[in-house]
Amino acid sequence: MIELLDVKKAFNQGRPNEFWAIRGVNLTIDANRVTVLKGPSGSGKTTLLSMIGCLSRPTEGRILFETRLLSGLPERFLTAVRRETFGFIFQQFNLIKGVTVLENVMLPAYPLGGPRRRLEARAHTLLAQFGLEAKAGYRAEWLSGGEAQRTAICRALVNDPRVLIADEPTANLDTQLSRDFMAIVAGLKAAGKTVLLSSHDPEVYDCPAVDRVVEMRDGRLARG
Amino acid sequence: MPIGLQRQKYLIDFTLASLLRRRAKNVGLLAVYTLIVFALASVMLYTNALRHEAAHVLEGAPEIVLQRMVAGRHDLIGEDHLARIGQVRGVQTKAGRLWGYFYDPAVKANYTLMVPPDREIAPGDAIIGAGIARTRGLSAGDYLTLRGSDGKAHTLRIAGLLDSRSELVSSDLVLVAEPFFRGFFGVPAGQYTDIALRVRNVQEVRKVAEKLTLLLPDTRPILREEVLRTYDAIFNWRQGLVAVLLLGAVLAFVVFAWDKASGLSAEERREIGILKAIGWETSDVIRMKFWEGAIVSLTAFLLGYLGAYVHVFFADAALFEPVLKGWAVLYPRFSLVPAVDGLQLATLFFFTVFPYTVATIVPIWRAAITDPDTVMR
Repeated sequence: MIELLDVKKAFNQGRPNEFWAIRGVNLTIDANRVTVLKGPSGSGKTTLLSMIGCLSRPTEGRILFETRLLSGLPERFLTAVRRETFGFIFQQFNLIKGVTVLENVMLPAYPLGGPRRRLEARAHTLLAQFGLEAKAGYRAEWLSGGEAQRTAICRALVNDPRVLIADEPTANLDTQLSRDFMAIVAGLKAAGKTVLLSSHDPEVYDCPAVDRVVEMRDGRLARG
Repeated sequence: MPIGLQRQKYLIDFTLASLLRRRAKNVGLLAVYTLIVFALASVMLYTNALRHEAAHVLEGAPEIVLQRMVAGRHDLIGEDHLARIGQVRGVQTKAGRLWGYFYDPAVKANYTLMVPPDREIAPGDAIIGAGIARTRGLSAGDYLTLRGSDGKAHTLRIAGLLDSRSELVSSDLVLVAEPFFRGFFGVPAGQYTDIALRVRNVQEVRKVAEKLTLLLPDTRPILREEVLRTYDAIFNWRQGLVAVLLLGAVLAFVVFAWDKASGLSAEERREIGILKAIGWETSDVIRMKFWEGAIVSLTAFLLGYLGAYVHVFFADAALFEPVLKGWAVLYPRFSLVPAVDGLQLATLFFFTVFPYTVATIVPIWRAAITDPDTVMR
């Protein structure tokens, strides 16, 4: 489904502080599977996820989604692909403070301009599915860690993306909440989603729902 | 609803929610902004309405007034001049006018004494303007005594008051009969203050004035359009004076608004990163900020302008009246007829709404074009 061909990523290229975060990665990610990028801090997991999710472009190499070359797309098209194909769950959840849970969930759909009633119904369905219906009118900053993450999951799913990307999703959760999260991931996989995670938490990469663990070290794959 | 429109609606909804999140900052900004628009719009509306009023009053004035000059000073004009004007083609009517100023030391004010051309006043009677009536505490039936040029006291019976609707021009007026006027000021028979001329074709006014200057070289013609231009200049000058006084406030606001509008907090930058990461385009973020600037500035503009309208036309511009109207003992009381100049409105709109909206967009442009992966790091 997603293919990375000799992908490299440099920061501050051409400057004295040039740094190669990814140093040539070849990887194929299958559809409807849960794949975990495992590795210590600074191994390049987040950078790789950013490039796969169209948040940034590789410095060298190519990224293909099915047969479509993503790495060469102009920003506008890259944004459209990101919006329609990928859903993101960030480590810090990154909910917008001061606005309601419902509005946070609906935000990724605003640029699509669909009918409001349909969008609200979709957001309410997702919130109900994740046990957050009662919190729809709450402000994001009033939520607990687990609730904030489930809100972030609802937001990631609102445009019904085929791929879900989560960066260190359990970094701010206790063991029980981490297990709850992996149960949700298993449910998403069962629903036909492709899930891509980065983590160095055993609760994640040892979970039975995970199909493949890709280990990274110093910007390269340690084991495929 | 079309997708593009719905998209804008979503952006506006989110912008409103964002504005409400930073309520204290935005309400403060809106209040100062509204106050600035209110002050500027008040000055503009007031001077514009005064100009309209002056133009309206002068509509009934003669096209040309002819004054005799002696050594560069205005002097009385004789009947012989009136007769010679009859030879100038284009002049429809001509009439000698009698008017003059009188300083009343009792109230330290100047009155304008005048013999009305269109109404009969009995000798010894007077019809006075509302300003004099107020200042001297007079009403119909009372007596007004003034000291004439002969040093003697002349008493007038107040036969009536002038209509207060015309107070802008009649506040200091005393209408008297011709014999009283001549006796009071010592103006001999056959002499007038000036001559009022009506010209049949308005296009010919300048030509007629030119002929008069050649025919009567000791006179100067004053055209109605010149008087209008002078009024314009006076009101423009007063408007400019107030504008200069307001300039300091405007500059302070510009600095304040620029700082508020253009300064992006770390929180705002983070939010922009999140919005881009979840699928908003750079243009969506800029549009959102555009709406933010537009909503604040448009609201301030509308509130400020409406406030100014009420201030000028319903509260008689209480805050700026002394500067814009001028100073006088016989201060006329009058309500202005609402008049809005489209060009002035557009100018004020351009100089208030446009810069603020730009100030909100420019820094966002810089923030919005950064890579969305910053939120991942």
